[in-house]
Amino acid sequence: MSKNMIMAGLVVFVLAVLSPFWFNLITSTQAAPKPELLGKAATVKKCVLDKYEMRAEHMYLLDVWRDSVVRDADRKYTGTNGETFNMSLSTGENSCLGCHEDKAKFCDSCHEYASVSPYCWECHTNPKEIK
Amino acid sequence: MMIKSRRSFLKVAGIAAIGMGAAPVMNLAASEPHGSAQPKTEKNEETLHAERWGMVINTSKLNEEVVEAIKEACHKSHNVPDFTIEPDAEKYSGTRPVRDGQEIKWIWDEHFHYAFPDKEDEFLAEKFHDLPFLVTCNHCKNPPCVQACPTQATFKREDGIVLMDYHRCIGCRFCMAACPYGSRNFNFRDPRPFIEETDPDFPTRTKGVVEKCNLCAERLAKGEQPHCVEASEGAIVVGDLEDPESEIRTLLAEHYTIRRKQSLGTEPSVYYIV
Repeated sequence: MSKNMIMAGLVVFVLAVLSPFWFNLITSTQAAPKPELLGKAATVKKCVLDKYEMRAEHMYLLDVWRDSVVRDADRKYTGTNGETFNMSLSTGENSCLGCHEDKAKFCDSCHEYASVSPYCWECHTNPKEIK
Repeated sequence: MMIKSRRSFLKVAGIAAIGMGAAPVMNLAASEPHGSAQPKTEKNEETLHAERWGMVINTSKLNEEVVEAIKEACHKSHNVPDFTIEPDAEKYSGTRPVRDGQEIKWIWDEHFHYAFPDKEDEFLAEKFHDLPFLVTCNHCKNPPCVQACPTQATFKREDGIVLMDYHRCIGCRFCMAACPYGSRNFNFRDPRPFIEETDPDFPTRTKGVVEKCNLCAERLAKGEQPHCVEASEGAIVVGDLEDPESEIRTLLAEHYTIRRKQSLGTEPSVYYIV
């Protein structure tokens, strides 16, 4: 009697512990959207850092850029690949949005998927949205 | 079976501890050659430099039209909201117009006796009563706002400009209390609905931050003069106060100038030729 109870309890326990796995098996999950390279970004194909570093580290990079521009008035960034960029989210040709033209497909799609809501755009403006 | 004495155990443990401590040092030494390929930040070549930026306003060259033009040039290009306008009903359907007289201004005209309360004389020359005096952030040498700011959102840059890092402003408004010139305003509401035409070259602000004149730091970085200087038809000159050869120092040497509330010891960098 007690043996059966223990076994049943164990089965329930194992099922509960493994719930993320079987839950994922029976429900369909969407793959993370890939940022789309459009316009200038698609042809130039030379970003500030390489692709994987950019994916993982872009927020730290932007943090460094912000302090550099606001506090030290340094506005030019020469990366390890020798390319020079204008340290700005949205102003000028050589800024983030200057190259990656479509904010919705470049920033927002991933951020929405990852459920992060950075507040960059509460102050910074997307030149495309203004017009 | 190996028999470990306490002595041999301690020996091994000690050597292991040294080894663990040495690993980071070795890594650091090994990573040295990477140094040359570090990313680099620098100023634009065309950036205007100064030891300490200052401004001279020639009040005799100011009239109502020029003053309006200056205010408009500054406020339009910096996306300063105008709370007297009705917000676009379609775009900002939930936003009610502001009726309580709140305002945000970076540069504005002021009567002489408000701008210079300590220079109020009993028999003040008639012309001062109606001359428009343009006032803005004084970019003080000893800025009290910088001392008051608990997050270092307001700071004095190397070249003397008192700047704000809006990212860091927590909206405590200590700086507004500290500034003797009223040069700072607080965004009690989201300013965006009240910006008639957003300039894409400059960010807007958000609800809950203080804002003020930045001496067009973004233009100086591009080698351009501030908006107010360009719109002033020669009434405003911005230059290096520490350079005896500069135009601004020549003006100061040739004219009698006054500064606002000099007795407070904030050492304003905005001079008025009267």
